[in-house]
Amino acid sequence: MKYEVAIGLEIHLELQTKSKLFCGCSTTFGREPNVNCCPICLGLPGTLPVFNRRAIELAVTAAIALNSAVSDQSRFDRKNYHYPDLPKAYQISQYEQPLARGGFLEIESEQSFKKIKLERVHLEEEAGKLIHSGSSILGSEYSLVDYNRAGIPLLEIVTAPDIRSGREARLFLEDLRLLLLYTGASDCKMEEGSLRCDANISLRPSGLSSLGTKTEVKNMNSFRAVETALNFEAKRQEAILKAGGSIAQETCHWDEAKKETIPLRGKEGSSDYRYFPEPDLLPLTLDRALIQNISEQLPELPLQRRTRLKQQYGLEAGEAGLFTENRALGDFFESAAEEYSNYRSLAKWVRGDLLYQIRESGKPVEEIQPKQLIELLTLLDQETINRPVAKELLSEMVKSGKGPKELVKEQGLERVSGREKLMPLVERVVAENPAVVEKYLQGKDKAISFLVGRVMALTGGRADPGEINKLLKEKISQ
Amino acid sequence: MELYQKTAANLSLMLQKKEVSSVEVVQSFLDRIELVEPHVKAFITHTPLIALETASAVDKKRLLGEDLHPLAGVPIAIKDNLCTAGLRTTCASRILENFIPPYDATVVEAIKRAGMPLLGKTNMDEFAMGSSTENSAFFSTANPWNLDKVPGGSSGGSAAAVSTGMAPLALGSDTGGSIRQPASFCGLIGLRPTYGRVSRYGLIAFASSLDQIGPLSLTAHDSALLMDVVAGYDPLDSTSLPEAVPDYAAGLEGEIKKLRVGVIKQNLADGFNPEVKAAVLKLVALLGANGAEIDEISLPLADYGLGAYYLIAPSEASSNLGRYDGVRYGYNAGGDNIEVMFSRTRGEGFGPEVKRRIIIGTYALSAGYYDAYYLQAMKVRTLIRRDYEAAFKKFDLLVGATTPTPAFNIGEKADDPLQMYLSDICNINDALAGVPSLSVPSGIDSCGLPLGMQMTAPPSREGLLLKIAGFLEQKRDPFPLRPRVKLSEGGEL
Repeated sequence: MKYEVAIGLEIHLELQTKSKLFCGCSTTFGREPNVNCCPICLGLPGTLPVFNRRAIELAVTAAIALNSAVSDQSRFDRKNYHYPDLPKAYQISQYEQPLARGGFLEIESEQSFKKIKLERVHLEEEAGKLIHSGSSILGSEYSLVDYNRAGIPLLEIVTAPDIRSGREARLFLEDLRLLLLYTGASDCKMEEGSLRCDANISLRPSGLSSLGTKTEVKNMNSFRAVETALNFEAKRQEAILKAGGSIAQETCHWDEAKKETIPLRGKEGSSDYRYFPEPDLLPLTLDRALIQNISEQLPELPLQRRTRLKQQYGLEAGEAGLFTENRALGDFFESAAEEYSNYRSLAKWVRGDLLYQIRESGKPVEEIQPKQLIELLTLLDQETINRPVAKELLSEMVKSGKGPKELVKEQGLERVSGREKLMPLVERVVAENPAVVEKYLQGKDKAISFLVGRVMALTGGRADPGEINKLLKEKISQ
Repeated sequence: MELYQKTAANLSLMLQKKEVSSVEVVQSFLDRIELVEPHVKAFITHTPLIALETASAVDKKRLLGEDLHPLAGVPIAIKDNLCTAGLRTTCASRILENFIPPYDATVVEAIKRAGMPLLGKTNMDEFAMGSSTENSAFFSTANPWNLDKVPGGSSGGSAAAVSTGMAPLALGSDTGGSIRQPASFCGLIGLRPTYGRVSRYGLIAFASSLDQIGPLSLTAHDSALLMDVVAGYDPLDSTSLPEAVPDYAAGLEGEIKKLRVGVIKQNLADGFNPEVKAAVLKLVALLGANGAEIDEISLPLADYGLGAYYLIAPSEASSNLGRYDGVRYGYNAGGDNIEVMFSRTRGEGFGPEVKRRIIIGTYALSAGYYDAYYLQAMKVRTLIRRDYEAAFKKFDLLVGATTPTPAFNIGEKADDPLQMYLSDICNINDALAGVPSLSVPSGIDSCGLPLGMQMTAPPSREGLLLKIAGFLEQKRDPFPLRPRVKLSEGGEL
């Protein structure tokens, strides 16, 4: 029997605000423990939450970018449970009336587009973080709590079980990350925990519409881990089903070292969070004008940008993809393209040599002036310099920040061209290498490359090999 | 007349005229506390040094001719569920016995800004859960009119302190009657303002959608003066009302327009103490004689209020009190692992009534029971609110008894939670509706215990309640407002 995989993701993203969701504390990552705290986010008796309007705007921005329907009125609820990292013993979250419902994200998978539907998008607060004395919670003698993170605004996105493979899950997350980077809602750093993902996964016989029994996979700490963990879990479930067994509904822990999902049997009782409306906050009323305004101010999103780059500049899919993923590089390209119309050549230079030099030098692309590249390409087009020199100049340009014309002058790199400059050099090389000339005359065409190389060396690499080739053949044939 | 016997308004005038210094005023109250407190036990924490410091600072400013608040130099006692920076705030609970908040409640900031010397933090039922102050983890407070009786609760310490002249003014909190019921038992004015009128920031939560801070005082004028200090919008409390606050003290002046008064049938029910009812009707008749239109009204859903309240308040409490786990502050019983530490800390830290309500609330919010209990109670609450809206289309004011009986004996209801809950029967619906409600003394019964009448007004009309209470103070047949504290060993204070 063939099985179809159904995966639904539950994604948590820290919104990129300066202050926390319900108090004025800083959200700066990586500071010493328990300094970004105040009586409110520590849940001291008598304190009360007050909305951070910026967090709400960012959440609405993200929801709109995800095509999710933002509700005029949503509500906050308390999710009650006891844990040392949860200062109030409840998390302020949204349960019955989330910020936004529905929506989708279109991903490009195997050359075709696919819409992954969303169930809901809602806003909640982060918990603190436990630091265990041992290497893991088991056998740990004591644990310390850091509340710096407690109260940072968190966006939860829940997808429908529309995802069919680990690879699709990864593509979804990559596209989601890019989308949210574009909207400025989150920095989506999985390594800093500002993007986290759990998955529900089940198998069903192909063609069946009802879902099979699912497991929940946790502890996937990178996009790659999501892909491998879900593929592993799908295989694990398939093996059980093929052997006539049945799947137990349970939570599995992805073990990155062993590369396997480990069911946490018996660890998960069915939790009852005793949700009820948060009495310390009024319902969140969003005025239509605000939603409209945010919607209008939404920047161009990745999918639109990719499509536009292809159409507007005739870029290849790979180039359009690169200039979308690497937004700054794309912006550089577009800025240069305003004054340089050979888009194909420009794109090649930007994605090739320029990107290489940027990576080598570690210099951000924002510090490089598009007009310098245009200047360089123009020198090349006018045959003032040749291609190898252009490459070298680009490297210099990126390192020093000096303009190409200035560098050409400084280093005397103008191209050596023209019969009167080159012919004497050609004559000298022919005279000095009679044996090679003889070989060429005997029909060994390749021998001429050696002679071209000699002439090039005499010009310091500043001549055009084609021109030298022509002059050499002319000289030898005399 | 000693300084401690004077009203806050009187003291304010004397201070402004420089007839007396704030240090002298405070000293008079401190002397009174020394004498009376051992018999009444109204305070959990005494703060004589803080009071004297504030008083002397105010006196200096007055000498320099600085602009001062009318209540500057007039001392106050506050309930021990209001957070005070650097000063222990216990909520009368073992679990917070040594809790020192790093911040002031908004109302505490306000009284500090006004220059009011703090005499101490008053006793209460643990986490404000109770109607007699017997649920304090530390000790019970006695009713100054009869030391064998309870002062009411949960703001019993605040009521007893004002009643005996240990403080001219006090702040309490009212979730389902905790200001009005003790005010009635001790013969005071006690005001529960409109929900949102006074910031809850820094009030240790019992039931967030019901808690309100309000004044207790000897006269309506004194409560109005204190409301002028504490009422108003607070950006730190999302549920605080944004609308502007009137000048309550100034609002006491002037004519009362023709009133339509509705006497709530359920709050003068058959089972109520006859003397309680007679005293209320006498004041109602006085209003009638002064031009008010009097009619009877029945609130159709009133009988369901108590049931709804004892689901909603414990539900919120079960969540609000979850944070007391020994991890960050407060009592910690220790334990080998986190579950043991949590359960031991909470098991030893909370008293029986608090545990009872946490369990009720946890149950009412549980999956499978939520719809039948919490949700149903919230629907009842909405309907009760509508009852009030309808009633206030016909009436400007609703009146009835504050409590079915005068103060009961210490220990009388301690083992019968339901009887205890019923002592708030008249107070709860106003709280559920979020409307302002005030208890005004209505007389003294044949046993020498004070009686009270409760008046309820539409949202944000606490000014009207204070004005009518002031009017009644002037027009009613006189009766003593202060007790002689009779000691069991003989003699009186």
